[in-house]
Amino acid sequence: MLSIVVCVKAVPDLDEADKIRIDPDTKALTRHDIPLVINPLDRNALEAALQIKEKGEAHITIISMGPPSAGNVVKECLALGVDQGILLSDPAFAGADAFATAYTLYKAIDKLDSVDCVFCGRASSDGATEWVGPELATFLRMPVVTMVREFVEAGGNSWKVKADIEDGYRLVQVEMPAVFTVTHTANTPRTLSFSGIIKARKKEITTWILDDLGVAEESVGLKGSPTIVSDLTVVESKRTCQIIEGTLEEKADILINKLISSGVLL
Amino acid sequence: MIDFTFTDEQELFRKAAREFAETQIAPLVPKMEETGRDWDPAIKALCDAEMMAITIPEEYGGLGLGYVERLIALEEIARVSVATAMMMQVGALGTAPIIVFGSEEQKKKYLPGLASGKHFATVAVTEPSGGSDPKGCTTTYKKQGDSYFLNGRKCFITNSHIADVQVVMAVDEENPDSFSTFIVESGMKGFKPTHEEHKVGMRGCNTGEIELKDCEVPAENLLGGEGKGMRVAMTAIGDVGRGGMVGCSLGLQQACLEASIKFANERILYGKPINRLQAIQFKLAEIKIDLDAGRLLGYRAASIQDAGGRSSNEFAVAKYYTAEAAQRAAKMAADIHGGYGCMEEFVVTRYLRDSFVLGPSAGTSDIMKVIISRWVLS
Repeated sequence: MLSIVVCVKAVPDLDEADKIRIDPDTKALTRHDIPLVINPLDRNALEAALQIKEKGEAHITIISMGPPSAGNVVKECLALGVDQGILLSDPAFAGADAFATAYTLYKAIDKLDSVDCVFCGRASSDGATEWVGPELATFLRMPVVTMVREFVEAGGNSWKVKADIEDGYRLVQVEMPAVFTVTHTANTPRTLSFSGIIKARKKEITTWILDDLGVAEESVGLKGSPTIVSDLTVVESKRTCQIIEGTLEEKADILINKLISSGVLL
Repeated sequence: MIDFTFTDEQELFRKAAREFAETQIAPLVPKMEETGRDWDPAIKALCDAEMMAITIPEEYGGLGLGYVERLIALEEIARVSVATAMMMQVGALGTAPIIVFGSEEQKKKYLPGLASGKHFATVAVTEPSGGSDPKGCTTTYKKQGDSYFLNGRKCFITNSHIADVQVVMAVDEENPDSFSTFIVESGMKGFKPTHEEHKVGMRGCNTGEIELKDCEVPAENLLGGEGKGMRVAMTAIGDVGRGGMVGCSLGLQQACLEASIKFANERILYGKPINRLQAIQFKLAEIKIDLDAGRLLGYRAASIQDAGGRSSNEFAVAKYYTAEAAQRAAKMAADIHGGYGCMEEFVVTRYLRDSFVLGPSAGTSDIMKVIISRWVLS
């Protein structure tokens, strides 16, 4: 049976984005009281895995690294049809950059019996580095295809996928096992169902802490992160209003020139 | 101690219902509003999303969930479309008598189809002479051989033209004190949906009349025993119908609050957003106070019901409060919008029209007071 691992990040709900603040000392986002949701692009990755499962036999494991409250996100994945949920939660994991996150995920995946492929969302809605998938593939010594929009042939020793590029797509054949980062054009993620939630009652969430992964504290979290956020600023938007006079054509010309001079139009 | 929090699973049900409402129902609303019809896609969506299966026991193909979960779902759907929530709630109202009073054969015959969406249900009690005086029922039944023959007219029936399973109350042609309920299928001879209503609000929610003309109903479709019809109908309306209206009202209140906050944050007056004006702040506070109070009343009643108790009185309190509060909320939401609150492109005008229909549905506020006063005086 095909064994698929999907890496899922619990991110602050963008509907509550106005409540997110930047800690002036640590430059970290303060997310207290903001509900955590499945990272939107990870839902595309999860949906891709679920669609492959529906076409043939597959076992889907999701792995999420986050605080204990991320358990709700894992539970939601189970309700969406995932077979097994693993939460990596330990104070030592906090503050991880993409590298430390990828390393921690790698150590968790390495504990699993056999893995045929790993799916990640293309990027997270908070960090948005797009590095975790490729870095994870490096740790796992697997090939990686990023920006996957379609799984053309999934199954067997090599898969064919279409991956987005700027003006089109690449058709890529990749030897398995492999890592794929999935983009938003791949599918429309399914919504939760009441019966899915009921079925999830019987599915357990496994929590792994630092000791379970057998890694040094210096290798994970903030201590294991080679990159640091040196500064973060909030973009302030100010409204201004100008009345443009003239004929319709004159007004259009003035408007276009103003948009060009202000850098809105190139 | 009383725990006022929802379980993690109930929060997930709310999330599922909200996702369903926003992705599947919201896109249908403009067409429903425009035509006052076009309910078929909403009904199909409700059935596909298992919304009609919530309280049907698992052994009959349902989800086996409780009335708290039903209230959560209704609230979230009404937040997007009160019309759709209304059709859903009355569908369950038509199903509940079969769950509670149906024979094993009746349950096996109807409940799996009602859970899967193959069938859709309603209750037909109200007549042109009124709905709050069920003993004034003039639709008659007469037994001949192995069948009952029904004659009469029912009006203001939600799902009248959609439901193919209708629980109909009638009075014995020869005994005006004997009321019975029957499971009538839309394909039965003598059954005919007739006039479709055009309501001021909840547009796209099917409401109409049905005609029963020597409608032949097999004897095995008698529900709850002959002469027990009043109990069957009133239990359903009291426990399920009023509870459903609470869900519709709470969802509308939430929608009013969200629309009002959005407008108050964006509308600039005197050089600043109107959310800085105390007159606006107080209106927002009043909507929120009503919403929280209504939720406490509604979920209290639903919890009593899930614990196996009768909750019709508690639901009467909640129905009264939330329907009145929804009308206040819609009025305040329109007021906050100022002149825009009179323009149809602003959603609060729909809320105002919808709120009007919440009042009489499942009993007016005055009738709720009658019920509540009987309760306190008993």
